[in-house]
Amino acid sequence: MRRVAIVSREITPAALIAEVQSAEFGAISLFVGTVRDTNDGRSVAAIDYSAYTEMAESELEKIIAEAEDRFGVAALVVEHRVGALALGDVSVAIAAAHAHRGPALDATRFVIEEIKTRVPIWKLEHYIDGGREWVDPSQGRGVISA
Amino acid sequence: MSLVTVQLFASYAESLGRPTITIPLEAGGTVRDLVENIRSLPGAYVLPESPRVAINRRFASPDQLVDSRDEVALIPPVSGG
Repeated sequence: MRRVAIVSREITPAALIAEVQSAEFGAISLFVGTVRDTNDGRSVAAIDYSAYTEMAESELEKIIAEAEDRFGVAALVVEHRVGALALGDVSVAIAAAHAHRGPALDATRFVIEEIKTRVPIWKLEHYIDGGREWVDPSQGRGVISA
Repeated sequence: MSLVTVQLFASYAESLGRPTITIPLEAGGTVRDLVENIRSLPGAYVLPESPRVAINRRFASPDQLVDSRDEVALIPPVSGG
Protein backbone atom coordinates (compact mmCIF):
# COMPACT_ATOMS: atom_id res chain seq x y z
CA MET A 1 0.00 0.00 0.00
CA ARG A 2 1.60 3.22 -1.16
CA ARG A 3 -0.34 6.42 -1.69
CA VAL A 4 0.32 10.16 -1.62
CA ALA A 5 -2.15 13.00 -2.03
CA ILE A 6 -2.45 16.74 -1.81
CA VAL A 7 -5.97 17.25 -0.49
CA SER A 8 -8.23 20.23 0.09
CA ARG A 9 -10.47 18.48 2.62
CA GLU A 10 -9.96 17.56 6.27
CA ILE A 11 -7.37 14.85 6.96
CA THR A 12 -8.51 11.95 9.13
CA PRO A 13 -5.37 10.31 10.59
CA ALA A 14 -7.29 7.18 11.64
CA ALA A 15 -8.15 6.56 8.00
CA LEU A 16 -4.43 6.48 7.12
CA ILE A 17 -3.80 3.95 9.88
CA ALA A 18 -6.57 1.75 8.53
CA GLU A 19 -5.06 2.00 5.06
CA VAL A 20 -1.64 0.63 6.04
CA GLN A 21 -2.87 -1.84 8.65
CA SER A 22 -2.26 -5.52 7.90
CA ALA A 23 -1.71 -8.69 9.92
CA GLU A 24 1.81 -8.97 8.49
CA PHE A 25 2.85 -5.76 10.28
CA GLY A 26 3.53 -5.50 13.99
CA ALA A 27 4.03 -1.74 13.99
CA ILE A 28 2.31 1.29 12.56
CA SER A 29 3.91 4.70 12.99
CA LEU A 30 1.77 7.81 12.50
CA PHE A 31 3.05 11.38 12.24
CA VAL A 32 0.49 14.18 12.35
CA GLY A 33 1.40 17.83 11.78
CA THR A 34 -1.04 20.46 13.06
CA VAL A 35 -1.37 24.24 12.88
CA ARG A 36 0.39 25.84 15.87
CA ASP A 37 -0.74 29.07 17.53
CA THR A 38 2.68 30.79 17.56
CA ASN A 39 5.64 31.16 15.20
CA ASP A 40 8.76 33.27 15.72
CA GLY A 41 7.12 34.74 18.79
CA ARG A 42 4.05 35.95 16.88
CA SER A 43 0.53 34.76 17.59
CA VAL A 44 -0.82 32.89 14.58
CA ALA A 45 -4.52 33.20 13.71
CA ALA A 46 -4.64 30.85 10.70
CA ILE A 47 -2.51 29.48 7.84
CA ASP A 48 -3.18 29.30 4.11
CA TYR A 49 -1.35 26.37 2.53
CA SER A 50 -0.75 26.30 -1.22
CA ALA A 51 1.11 23.88 -3.47
CA TYR A 52 2.39 23.20 -6.94
CA THR A 53 0.15 20.18 -6.74
CA GLU A 54 1.42 18.09 -9.65
CA MET A 55 5.07 18.44 -8.63
CA ALA A 56 4.29 18.08 -4.91
CA GLU A 57 2.62 14.73 -5.54
CA SER A 58 5.48 13.67 -7.79
CA GLU A 59 8.07 14.60 -5.11
CA LEU A 60 6.05 12.80 -2.45
CA GLU A 61 6.00 9.68 -4.64
CA LYS A 62 9.79 9.85 -4.92
CA ILE A 63 10.16 10.34 -1.17
CA ILE A 64 8.08 7.30 -0.26
CA ALA A 65 9.94 5.22 -2.86
CA GLU A 66 13.20 6.32 -1.16
CA ALA A 67 11.72 5.45 2.25
CA GLU A 68 10.88 1.98 0.96
CA ASP A 69 14.45 1.54 -0.32
CA ARG A 70 16.02 2.80 2.92
CA PHE A 71 13.78 1.21 5.53
CA GLY A 72 12.00 -1.62 3.73
CA VAL A 73 8.65 0.00 4.50
CA ALA A 74 6.22 -0.95 1.75
CA ALA A 75 3.07 0.36 3.43
CA LEU A 76 3.25 4.14 3.47
CA VAL A 77 0.52 6.73 3.03
CA VAL A 78 0.97 10.51 3.02
CA GLU A 79 -1.66 13.24 2.83
CA HIS A 80 -0.90 16.97 2.89
CA ARG A 81 -3.72 19.48 3.04
CA VAL A 82 -3.91 22.81 1.18
CA GLY A 83 -6.30 25.73 1.60
CA ALA A 84 -7.31 27.77 4.64
CA LEU A 85 -6.52 25.93 7.88
CA ALA A 86 -7.48 26.95 11.41
CA LEU A 87 -5.43 26.50 14.58
CA GLY A 88 -5.16 22.83 15.49
CA ASP A 89 -6.18 21.59 12.05
CA VAL A 90 -4.20 18.67 10.65
CA SER A 91 -1.95 19.88 7.83
CA VAL A 92 -0.10 16.63 7.14
CA ALA A 93 -0.37 12.98 8.13
CA ILE A 94 2.06 10.14 7.41
CA ALA A 95 1.40 6.49 8.26
CA ALA A 96 4.03 3.78 7.84
CA ALA A 97 3.69 0.10 8.67
CA HIS A 98 6.37 -2.55 9.04
CA ALA A 99 6.87 -5.88 10.74
CA HIS A 100 8.91 -4.03 13.42
CA ARG A 101 8.77 -0.60 15.07
CA GLY A 102 12.23 0.70 14.10
CA PRO A 103 11.72 0.94 10.35
CA ALA A 104 8.15 2.24 10.79
CA LEU A 105 9.33 5.07 13.08
CA ASP A 106 12.36 5.87 10.91
CA ALA A 107 10.22 6.05 7.76
CA THR A 108 7.75 8.59 9.16
CA ARG A 109 10.60 10.77 10.43
CA PHE A 110 12.37 10.56 7.08
CA VAL A 111 9.24 11.48 5.11
CA ILE A 112 8.36 14.57 7.18
CA GLU A 113 11.97 15.86 7.10
CA GLU A 114 12.11 15.42 3.31
CA ILE A 115 8.73 17.16 2.89
CA LYS A 116 10.17 20.16 4.70
CA THR A 117 13.10 20.51 2.32
CA ARG A 118 11.85 19.53 -1.14
CA VAL A 119 8.09 19.32 -1.59
CA PRO A 120 6.69 22.50 -3.21
CA ILE A 121 4.16 23.50 -0.56
CA TRP A 122 3.98 26.96 1.04
CA LYS A 123 2.56 28.46 4.20
CA LEU A 124 1.10 31.96 4.37
CA GLU A 125 0.69 32.72 8.05
CA HIS A 126 -1.94 35.19 9.26
CA TYR A 127 -1.26 36.73 12.65
CA ILE A 128 -3.54 37.92 15.43
CA ASP A 129 -2.04 41.43 15.01
CA GLY A 130 -3.36 41.55 11.42
CA GLY A 131 -0.04 40.91 9.66
CA ARG A 132 0.72 38.11 7.25
CA GLU A 133 3.93 36.48 6.13
CA TRP A 134 5.14 33.77 3.74
CA VAL A 135 7.08 31.36 5.91
CA ASP A 136 10.68 30.92 4.76
CA PRO A 137 12.50 28.35 6.89
CA SER A 138 15.72 29.06 4.96
CA GLN A 139 15.74 32.59 6.46
CA GLY A 140 14.39 31.61 9.84
CA ARG A 141 11.44 33.89 9.09
CA GLY A 142 9.19 35.05 6.28
CA VAL A 143 10.38 36.91 3.21
CA ILE A 144 7.46 39.27 2.78
CA SER A 145 5.73 41.12 5.58
CA ALA A 146 2.51 43.00 5.31
CA MET B 1 14.65 33.32 -29.56
CA SER B 2 11.71 31.51 -28.02
CA LEU B 3 9.18 32.31 -25.33
CA VAL B 4 9.13 30.25 -22.15
CA THR B 5 6.10 30.18 -19.86
CA VAL B 6 7.11 30.11 -16.20
CA GLN B 7 4.73 29.25 -13.35
CA LEU B 8 5.05 31.28 -10.17
CA PHE B 9 3.83 30.36 -6.70
CA ALA B 10 3.39 31.79 -3.21
CA SER B 11 5.67 34.76 -2.42
CA TYR B 12 7.03 34.90 -5.99
CA ALA B 13 3.56 35.05 -7.57
CA GLU B 14 2.59 37.73 -5.08
CA SER B 15 5.69 39.85 -5.63
CA LEU B 16 5.63 39.60 -9.43
CA GLY B 17 1.87 40.08 -9.42
CA ARG B 18 0.76 37.08 -11.47
CA PRO B 19 0.75 33.27 -11.51
CA THR B 20 2.57 32.87 -14.85
CA ILE B 21 5.07 34.93 -16.81
CA THR B 22 6.33 34.59 -20.37
CA ILE B 23 10.06 35.09 -20.73
CA PRO B 24 12.14 35.39 -23.94
CA LEU B 25 15.09 33.01 -24.07
CA GLU B 26 17.81 32.54 -26.69
CA ALA B 27 18.01 29.08 -28.32
CA GLY B 28 20.24 26.91 -26.11
CA GLY B 29 19.40 29.02 -23.06
CA THR B 30 19.85 27.51 -19.62
CA VAL B 31 18.04 27.79 -16.30
CA ARG B 32 20.64 30.39 -15.29
CA ASP B 33 19.89 32.48 -18.42
CA LEU B 34 16.16 32.22 -17.78
CA VAL B 35 16.54 33.44 -14.18
CA GLU B 36 18.67 36.37 -15.34
CA ASN B 37 15.96 37.37 -17.84
CA ILE B 38 13.32 37.19 -15.10
CA ARG B 39 15.35 39.53 -12.88
CA SER B 40 14.46 42.57 -15.03
CA LEU B 41 10.75 42.24 -14.13
CA PRO B 42 9.16 44.45 -11.47
CA GLY B 43 8.92 42.52 -8.20
CA ALA B 44 11.80 40.19 -9.07
CA TYR B 45 13.84 41.63 -6.18
CA VAL B 46 12.20 38.87 -4.14
CA LEU B 47 14.29 36.21 -5.94
CA PRO B 48 17.36 34.97 -4.05
CA GLU B 49 20.74 34.66 -5.75
CA SER B 50 19.98 31.14 -7.00
CA PRO B 51 16.26 30.48 -6.92
CA ARG B 52 15.17 26.86 -7.30
CA VAL B 53 13.72 26.10 -10.71
CA ALA B 54 11.71 23.03 -11.68
CA ILE B 55 11.57 21.70 -15.22
CA ASN B 56 8.88 19.16 -15.98
CA ARG B 57 8.21 18.83 -12.24
CA ARG B 58 11.81 18.05 -11.27
CA PHE B 59 14.34 20.35 -9.67
CA ALA B 60 16.77 21.58 -12.34
CA SER B 61 20.43 22.60 -12.16
CA PRO B 62 21.51 26.11 -13.31
CA ASP B 63 23.19 24.60 -16.38
CA GLN B 64 20.16 22.62 -17.55
CA LEU B 65 18.83 23.63 -20.98
CA VAL B 66 15.33 25.06 -21.17
CA ASP B 67 13.00 24.29 -24.06
CA SER B 68 9.91 26.40 -24.76
CA ARG B 69 7.77 23.24 -24.51
CA ASP B 70 9.02 22.46 -20.98
CA GLU B 71 6.80 22.92 -17.94
CA VAL B 72 8.89 25.47 -16.03
CA ALA B 73 8.31 26.78 -12.52
CA LEU B 74 10.15 28.98 -10.05
CA ILE B 75 10.03 27.36 -6.63
CA PRO B 76 10.09 29.68 -3.59
CA PRO B 77 11.58 28.34 -0.34
CA VAL B 78 9.25 25.50 0.64
CA SER B 79 7.49 25.43 4.00
CA GLY B 80 5.21 22.42 3.99
CA GLY B 81 4.57 20.20 6.96
